[in-house]
Amino acid sequence: MSQTIPAIHVSGLCKRFHTTQALDGVSLEIQQGEFFGLLGPNGAGKTTLISILAGLTRADSGHAVIMGHDVVRDYRQSRRALGMVPQELVYDPFFNVRETLHIQSGYFGLKRNEGWIDEVMHHLDLTQHADKNTQRLSGGMKRRLLVAQALVHKPPVIVLDEPTAGVDVDLRRSLWEFISRLNREGHTILLTTHYLEEAQALCGRIAMLKSGRVVALDATRNLLKLTNEHCAQLRLDSEVVPDVWQKRLQRDPDGSWRFNFSEYSDLETLLADLRVADTRVLEMRLQEPDLEDVFTDIMRRA
Amino acid sequence: MSGFSALFYKELLRFWKVVVQTVVAPVVTALLYLLIFSHVLEAHIEVYPGVSYSSFLVPGLVMMSMLQNAFANSSSSLIQSKMQGTIVFVLLPPLSYLEFFLAYLGAAILRGLVVGLGVWGVTLWFATWQMPHPGWLLAYGLLACAIMGALGILAGIWAEKYDQLAAFQNFLILPLTFLSGVFYSIHSLPPFWQAVSHANPVFYLIDGFRYAFVGHSDSDPWLGLLVASACFVAISAVTLALLRSGYKLRH
Repeated sequence: MSQTIPAIHVSGLCKRFHTTQALDGVSLEIQQGEFFGLLGPNGAGKTTLISILAGLTRADSGHAVIMGHDVVRDYRQSRRALGMVPQELVYDPFFNVRETLHIQSGYFGLKRNEGWIDEVMHHLDLTQHADKNTQRLSGGMKRRLLVAQALVHKPPVIVLDEPTAGVDVDLRRSLWEFISRLNREGHTILLTTHYLEEAQALCGRIAMLKSGRVVALDATRNLLKLTNEHCAQLRLDSEVVPDVWQKRLQRDPDGSWRFNFSEYSDLETLLADLRVADTRVLEMRLQEPDLEDVFTDIMRRA
Repeated sequence: MSGFSALFYKELLRFWKVVVQTVVAPVVTALLYLLIFSHVLEAHIEVYPGVSYSSFLVPGLVMMSMLQNAFANSSSSLIQSKMQGTIVFVLLPPLSYLEFFLAYLGAAILRGLVVGLGVWGVTLWFATWQMPHPGWLLAYGLLACAIMGALGILAGIWAEKYDQLAAFQNFLILPLTFLSGVFYSIHSLPPFWQAVSHANPVFYLIDGFRYAFVGHSDSDPWLGLLVASACFVAISAVTLALLRSGYKLRH
């Protein structure tokens, strides 16, 4: 992996809009084949960062390189290597689906690309709508058309800016199946999303942005370890618990007890004390920390 | 297909899909002008000896339609793309600023020429057919559409809202075309307004274009060619510089 060119390399990116410092020295590297998540609250700089990668925005300083091509100096190569699905649901009402994809493919200088266009339409369930004017597509189909437009030139790197915002469950699932397949086939995926469970399930690595800075960057499984807040849900055969534990155990409306702990040894001690008190554990469920806990924690501290 | 030809094709397809609005409507408008003005003035005015008023008016109307439609094509396409957000589809691919410019320009020229041909075609019934200088016709026709096509790109990039573009059209393009001698010879004007007209580049376009049709003009067609060419070069240079810098397109 280390010998290959990184899919995306950015170093020291700064961008200011009037009084807002949108990006404040962002550096990160994404290797080929990664499924990478870019998270952060609104205004953190996610869209600015990917707009710089796509050449829609120009950085005040720093560099952005895609598959070894600088986005300013070698913009032709870098844009060929990148497929971007914009956040806004935009469509050109003058054309139908096939025309839209044919024209988009032409912008990349591709001739006789009909085979691939058909394949992309097939995988995104657009084939039966090929001759429909884009105005007559439903919101979900418009979103799929945007994905198809980003893929017409078979880019090795695909950037998705909030692709599932306002998308129904079925489409979200089929979209992720398709994107995951592209990732398995070797495409590098960079994703921004507000749905943290999606990022947790899909992304191998995650960067978190806040006020234009990277405040966390690690493998998803390592990030999940950052928070050591675990929770055990216990059902006991007794209505009372030993005095020393009373403050740390909370009673839930269904009668079970909730125990938040950071070290597993705490749980061990609790169970031992319960045994001494002759209280039996009827049922126990452990809840693993999720990305939302980590995210909230990191954003609070950063 | 190169990026340029794809964008050029898209721009042609765009206006061709609404051909009634983009070609037929301006032809009808020009025809109405011709009917009204020639009905009112035919018997009263002979601008050049031996040239009927209708024959005088036709080249002016053809040119005016070409100017307005070449401008409308590039400017409205750009402002629509910007307002709807579809401009992103041409900003993401590896198109150079020159390809971008030439594609919008080419489509604007073609729309201008198609409308011009249409207007000319329907007016043939009303004016005597003559064409002493077809070379000038071609030179002025192309240059006029190119100037307005480039100006349309400039306005389309600059305008952030439809009303800004409408202001550009109503307070700049329309007065320049109407006050350029479409309907009259500037020799009929008082000396001051004659001098003002000479500062209007559109006057040279209409005057030179009319020379191709009737063999008479208010100024030397070579001078007009020089002015028009200089205008085209200047507008294109500014537009290309803006496109290159990403002005209002890439932030």
